[in-house]
Amino acid sequence: MERIPILRMGNYLLVTIQVDMHDRLAMQLQEDLTTRIAKDQARGVLIDISALDIVDSFIGRMLADIAGMSRVLDAQTVVVGMQPAVAITLVELGLSLHGVRTALDVERGMKLLEQSIDDQTFATRAHEDDGPGGES
Amino acid sequence: MDQVERADALPVRGEIDVVLVRQTVRTWSVQQGFTLVDQTKMVTAASEIARNTVLYGRGGTVRIEALVEGVRKGLRLVFEDQGPGIPDVDLAMRDGYSTKNSLGLGLPGARRLMDDFALASELGHGTTITMKKWKR
Repeated sequence: MERIPILRMGNYLLVTIQVDMHDRLAMQLQEDLTTRIAKDQARGVLIDISALDIVDSFIGRMLADIAGMSRVLDAQTVVVGMQPAVAITLVELGLSLHGVRTALDVERGMKLLEQSIDDQTFATRAHEDDGPGGES
Repeated sequence: MDQVERADALPVRGEIDVVLVRQTVRTWSVQQGFTLVDQTKMVTAASEIARNTVLYGRGGTVRIEALVEGVRKGLRLVFEDQGPGIPDVDLAMRDGYSTKNSLGLGLPGARRLMDDFALASELGHGTTITMKKWKR
């Protein structure tokens, strides 16, 4: 069956969507990604959609769902490379991609991922430091 | 009155057809000289309605028409199905209303993306959606 490849780079998973996705392919990607996040213990997912010339409500929902599912699996998602015409259309369609973090290109997306994972690690440590036995 | 310069018809029966409809609408909107943003809007609207035709209308057809009105050029898409019809059109046109656990943006979103949008539905007989966009 046709599949969108998922590449692993350190703690991150990279996906470049280069085909005009039909709905089942989008669902398959969602399933494959969540499986890989758990299996590879990935901390971040970067989805490059620069080759997509439209994002309709179905694909938009898939992106939002992937972001939500990876969050539950303790990974961050950043969607990068949305074409300006796609962004204009998406907003007029009524999709705000709530909860999906975006960056202009792969480089900025990687930085955003690294940053948010650092912040998270820091916050967790700080929390653990003043965690147990605060009163005593 | 607008005149139809040329027309074509495509089946809209499965999700692969939805992809084909997107590609065909893209080609025609490029040929009619639409801007990239307007091409993207039309392809996105076509994608939404084509998916509805498959999911709710049990499949149907789309007619694509290149329009001229004086010096104006445009594109008309007519989606037709012989499905169950829409019981409450006003409700179906509302943002966020869906009977299939989708985002409920297809109909209202497509209307926002096009210049003209008309929906005719008869219970038990089917639904026809006609939408138009003029080149700016």
